[in-house]
Amino acid sequence: MLKDITLGQYFPSNTAIHRLDPRTKIILVVVYIVALFQAKGWIGYGVVALGAISCMVISRIKPKTLFRGMKPLIFVIVLTGVLNIFYTTGTPVLPGWIITWEGIDRAARMILRIMLLVTGTFLLTYTTSPMALTDGLEILMNPLKKIKVPVHEMTIMMSMALRFIPTLIEETDKIMSAQKARGADFETGNLIQRAKALLPVLVPLFVSAFRRAEELAVAMESRCYHGGEGRTRMKQLVMGKNDYMAFGFSAVYLAAVIILKKFGL
Amino acid sequence: MSSIISFENVHFTYPDDEMESLCGVDLQIEEGSFVTVLGHNGSGKSTLAKHMNAILTPTEGKVIVNGVDTSDDDRLLDIRRNVGMVFQNPDNQIVANVVEDDVAFAPENLGVPMNEIRQRVDEALKLVDMYEYRLHAPHLLSGGQKQRVAIAGVIAMKPKIIVLDEPTAMLDPRGRGEVISTITKLCRENGMTVVLITHHMDECIGADRLVVMSNGKIIADGKPAEVFSQVELMHSEGLDVPETTRLMYELNCEGMKLPLEALDVASCADAIAEALK
Repeated sequence: MLKDITLGQYFPSNTAIHRLDPRTKIILVVVYIVALFQAKGWIGYGVVALGAISCMVISRIKPKTLFRGMKPLIFVIVLTGVLNIFYTTGTPVLPGWIITWEGIDRAARMILRIMLLVTGTFLLTYTTSPMALTDGLEILMNPLKKIKVPVHEMTIMMSMALRFIPTLIEETDKIMSAQKARGADFETGNLIQRAKALLPVLVPLFVSAFRRAEELAVAMESRCYHGGEGRTRMKQLVMGKNDYMAFGFSAVYLAAVIILKKFGL
Repeated sequence: MSSIISFENVHFTYPDDEMESLCGVDLQIEEGSFVTVLGHNGSGKSTLAKHMNAILTPTEGKVIVNGVDTSDDDRLLDIRRNVGMVFQNPDNQIVANVVEDDVAFAPENLGVPMNEIRQRVDEALKLVDMYEYRLHAPHLLSGGQKQRVAIAGVIAMKPKIIVLDEPTAMLDPRGRGEVISTITKLCRENGMTVVLITHHMDECIGADRLVVMSNGKIIADGKPAEVFSQVELMHSEGLDVPETTRLMYELNCEGMKLPLEALDVASCADAIAEALK
């Protein structure tokens, strides 16, 4: 059951989007988010959505996969919608109602904005392997090393965390099975009771995670790990023609959204 | 042949521990040999292993590896690149999400140029017979395969010595077989010095030399056949001897006079047939 978690999941494939340099993709996502927050009218949103949809089509990620990933966010999306519907003043839909036309319009836009935001970041993690992602981040954040930000340490921690997600999930499953075998009940009761039942799972999980971390540290040291200094890489990241084209597209894209905003569209 | 690892009267006590974990160990390991260290939990065999690549340094005495004193902090990388260390739990020593990236970890740390890393990774993976799995995710491999990836990960440093600390303790019999045949090959065909720490006596049979540890001391040292023929000593330590040795030992107790050196079934049968003539 825990195996269904799609946190930062990567779907390997060989499409143009998958082949883009991770640095390009990270920058594109940032540009996309900026464009999304610049969009004002429905036409602007349409242009932003068009960008997201074309990336989705090129990378052959199914809409179904995206929507499944959004499931945990349903609560946030619905809440935003409801609040906007009820707390926007304007012309009531029917005389005497709190719900206004402006409220509905705004709620729809907010929901679309959240969904597009999530789509953009999902497309990034779906099409980029975690290792490539952390490598890309490390290089992009390199300038921060000048002001003593521990960039290498941060990215290596991130990649270790990603590496150990499947291992720890497997372990959680094992601990839960062991406790179920001794009569623990994780499936019934209200939310609080179920959360309480999870506590005895978390304790051994933490203990073993610390033990693992210690063994991992010794194993890393044994393989000559001594920080980021003097490290080389087997897979050098190289920007290609496609990357430059992608930058070109994204510049036009952002410009289009900003110009539309000027015209209030 | 010259010794590549040498322990000189090594004592070691863990911090906050009153008991000594190593009490006066003297040990010379020759270059290119296959040495196994056998002992119970708490006999000090893992502590011994961790002294070989300077994860631990002796509280008293000296450990010299490849001509370098392990307590010399400035030469730490020098020591570690020459001594590859493989641990018990394969999950806790694999650092990447893709097999080949994991194998590349050590050469990347050493600052090896890009093209050479690729070459070393491919070579290492071929040596342990995992080349076709180079793009797999490690957590989907079997225990024996993971452990072979871990071995490839240290071979990529091009070490002279490989130290394996109970590499088979968490594996099924098949995985154990895979790992043992891989390290035997590394020693016999590639001339690496192999130190195998284990508590399975059957893994010691193919080695050049067997060292038995108990309570932080070396209590027996020699060719596996010689060591196993000291049946009373092994039993008093609670260690098993191979079944062939045991059979001949028990026959001897009944008045026969058999040599105890035969370790495989065929030579054991021959010895018994000879005695019965």
